[in-house]
Amino acid sequence: MASLRTQFEVPGKMKTWSYALIGLGLAALLYGMFTKGFSSDEHEQVHFWGTLMYNTIFWTLICNASMFFISVTTLAQAGFTQTFRRIPEAISTLVPIFGAITFAVLLYIVFGHKHHIYHWLDTEAVAADPILKGKAGFLNPTFFVIWTTLTIALWSFLGWRIRKLNDEADAGPMDRETSEKFIHRGTVRTAMFTVWFGLTVGSTVPWLWMMSIDAHWYSTMYSWYTFASSFVAGMSLIALWVIYLKNKGYLELTSQEHLHDIGKFMFAFSIFWTYLWFSQYMLIWYANIPEETVYFKHRTQGAYKGIFFFNLIVNFLCPLLILMKRSAKRNYTLVTFMAVLIIFGHWIDFYQMVMGSLMKEHVSLGWLDFGILAFFVGAMILFVGTALSKKPLIAKYHPYLKESVIHQV
Amino acid sequence: MAKKKFVVGCFDDEAVLFPAVKKVRTAGYKIHDVYTPFAVHGLDHAMGLRETSLHTAGFIYGITGTATALSSISWIFTKDWPLNIGGKPHFALPAWIPIMFELTVLFAAVGMVLTFCYLCQLAPFVKKHHFHARATDDLFVMVIECTDKTNTDDLQAFLSSNGALETKVEVAEDGWWLGRYDKDEMPFEEKQIVAA
Repeated sequence: MASLRTQFEVPGKMKTWSYALIGLGLAALLYGMFTKGFSSDEHEQVHFWGTLMYNTIFWTLICNASMFFISVTTLAQAGFTQTFRRIPEAISTLVPIFGAITFAVLLYIVFGHKHHIYHWLDTEAVAADPILKGKAGFLNPTFFVIWTTLTIALWSFLGWRIRKLNDEADAGPMDRETSEKFIHRGTVRTAMFTVWFGLTVGSTVPWLWMMSIDAHWYSTMYSWYTFASSFVAGMSLIALWVIYLKNKGYLELTSQEHLHDIGKFMFAFSIFWTYLWFSQYMLIWYANIPEETVYFKHRTQGAYKGIFFFNLIVNFLCPLLILMKRSAKRNYTLVTFMAVLIIFGHWIDFYQMVMGSLMKEHVSLGWLDFGILAFFVGAMILFVGTALSKKPLIAKYHPYLKESVIHQV
Repeated sequence: MAKKKFVVGCFDDEAVLFPAVKKVRTAGYKIHDVYTPFAVHGLDHAMGLRETSLHTAGFIYGITGTATALSSISWIFTKDWPLNIGGKPHFALPAWIPIMFELTVLFAAVGMVLTFCYLCQLAPFVKKHHFHARATDDLFVMVIECTDKTNTDDLQAFLSSNGALETKVEVAEDGWWLGRYDKDEMPFEEKQIVAA
């Protein structure tokens, strides 16, 4: 144990890269803000705030997926995560940061009265519209703000409690009674997070934040779809960090066996995402009711056709065919490639979910999207790297550590 | 089907079994099989068994199922008996995907179960020799195949020195045969006589 490198140091190169990406992103953000965000043209405004919106939501959700991963594996009493658990922990420290950015963007949209983004903000239109009137109890600024605040605050707080508990496993050896108590407390805390996660990502929040753009349309599948999308991208993000740290000579106890399990998550949840993608699509296609098909009209037959099917190829066919083999899930290069592809694919998925409803006539994917993506990638690298360097990479005295070390698939 | 000579060594601890397997292999003996009361993690690697090809078979069965479903449904609905269902096109792919999926799963599942039975030679009335009855209870039983040149006494001593509790030489059928245990030699027979 003594020879393990458990103290991560942020390399200078990583800092340079992340600052460069953040700088690039900020430049795009500022330029976009003055040419589009504050422009008098509604169309340009929608473009700017919509782009900001799907990026912030995407990155908050995929970082939050890390805490969900910790929670479900803890609840399932899975031991194998222990050798690399500090990585999802570090990623989940971004939830308050990215959550605050998301909160600011959403609040600006609501209080800036951007009714071209959220149609339900337009009180006159709502009063004249029986469907929107019926939804007014859910889609109104007061509820939106309260629920969004609660959501982000509780994600951050409950996640923080879980991370804090795990710090006790750094302190010193535990006897049997202490470790049993430790596991029990972990179970309670992660159960609380999981329940809140289910009430937010699993149901209300994607409806509130993204589905309400199409204020008349609804799909009960939408939240699960969003969850699957963010979870599979979140697993890919964990895989990337694990491989990066392995490459740098850390995480000696994490092996192909653990990578194989992460790869299985990436594979399985890609299939799960497709299952939801298809269920949502087929029911609407089959029933063929105009108020439902309106969501897919411009996506399957209009400007977004290319993106829509590209999405299916990248997020379903590629993981299905490439990650299916056991040897592929145990291959560092291939998993790295697939992780990048999956994160990009689901970023595109979020793009079409939000922008496909905001700018139906043409695909706006361009410098602004990639600029803001660069900002988030840079910030993610910087903050995760810093968070990793603050704690030992392995909680040495965790009761399940041995199980993880000898883990075999 | 042929009778062969085997040397059988029984172990009562995994931690003893693993180094013994390794040493027996390094010494150049051919391990016929190791019988354990439960699945032992990593034993297949230690014995140098190759990866199973069961999953490749599963993939092929799955693809066959998909192809069967797609070709038959598309033939029925576009050529053989086209029907207008809710104004949908005859080639209504989204509606067929659940059926294609189900048939993929069905073919893969049934095919893999049958292949598994074939690979493990499992079927009603198929019988194999039991080298030691306690392999189904609490002993790890290592069976080593002998050649003409094998000195069984040396091998038994070698196994004992590596922690085997009990060793014996057996001449037994190495393949399977059809029959019933109450008609054939009973694996428990010897023990029952001792007990009586």
